[in-house]
Amino acid sequence: MRLESRFSWLPTPFRSGLLFVVWLLLNNSVSAGHLVLATVFAILIPLATFPFRVPQPLIIKPGLALKQLIIVLYDIITANLQVALLILGPTKKLRPAFVKVPLDLSHSMPITILASTVSLTPGTVSAEVYPIPESLPKGEKPKQRYLLIHVLDLNDEQELINTIKKRYEAPLKEIFQC
Amino acid sequence: MYSEWVVSILLLIGGAFILIGSIGLIKMPDFFMRLHGPTKATTLGMAGVLIGAMVFFSNTQDGISVKELLITIFLLITAPISGYMLIKSAIHHKLKAKEGTKGLDNIEDD
Amino acid sequence: MLETVFLIVFAMIGLSLLLNLWRLVVGPSVPDRILALDTMYINTIALIILYGMSMGTGLYFEAALLIAMLGFVSTVAVCKYLLRGDIIE
Repeated sequence: MRLESRFSWLPTPFRSGLLFVVWLLLNNSVSAGHLVLATVFAILIPLATFPFRVPQPLIIKPGLALKQLIIVLYDIITANLQVALLILGPTKKLRPAFVKVPLDLSHSMPITILASTVSLTPGTVSAEVYPIPESLPKGEKPKQRYLLIHVLDLNDEQELINTIKKRYEAPLKEIFQC
Repeated sequence: MYSEWVVSILLLIGGAFILIGSIGLIKMPDFFMRLHGPTKATTLGMAGVLIGAMVFFSNTQDGISVKELLITIFLLITAPISGYMLIKSAIHHKLKAKEGTKGLDNIEDD
Repeated sequence: MLETVFLIVFAMIGLSLLLNLWRLVVGPSVPDRILALDTMYINTIALIILYGMSMGTGLYFEAALLIAMLGFVSTVAVCKYLLRGDIIE
């Protein structure tokens, strides 16, 4: 896990890229003037806002992140067809459940990304991360974190946990190297 | 001519998914199951409608129009977060889950 | 052909807005009502984009973007109020 960027003038490379793309999308053009303005904003805004942000881990393997993004987009589409069929089918046959997934990740940023992916993919919504920080004694770090998820139609608990850990959590560990 | 077909199909798929999301909101027996419809089906439905709009405006107006992607990305990022806030407040209010829900003892008090 | 498709999709989104309104009125709990409101604003974005398409103008895009942002912030603010009894602590 690396918190600081290699270049001091570019503290958060991913956020700069996002700002650049959003500016171009918002203006709907790729003319030279907008390209220059987008570059200026993408460098100046992170520099101005960096001092009052909590440092977050940087993406170390951008190629893998892109691959993971495509996998997740594909999963979102298939998951939605699945959920649509479940909603239209008979309600009484559904087997809802709460499942606790043990997490290997420790930093809050990768956990947030994992929770969002879980919410968008097959029949699961992430509900809570245990233990809740306020319930711990001050300054103590939790040993093992759990993610509580609600499943719309549970088939096999262990299989679901294995899928989430292998398909979504392992690449995240690789991307952030933590 | 082709674009008209593409726009029609995307719009119809999007509309159908939005409708399915709302049907899920009505049909399901408890809050936790109701949450699944709007967070997933409605988001994909919006993506369908917005991509349809993108293709439509690229063809009718001069130049390619990609700014509709911005709303799609924004909704894809925010839908899980609002879902998370909602389910957190539901757990805090101790809403009853449907009878027969497994693993209820996994919920800890806060 | 596109005109007919617009009408059909208008009807679909209108119907889902009515279903959301039903959930908003019936409840039974407060999070249910917030969920219904959340779904309603997302459907409204679709309705506005669709209206812009049927009028043949891209002017309504900014309105849709603003609704998306304000809707998200208000959902989070109301949830925060439910969780803490306060929005800004």
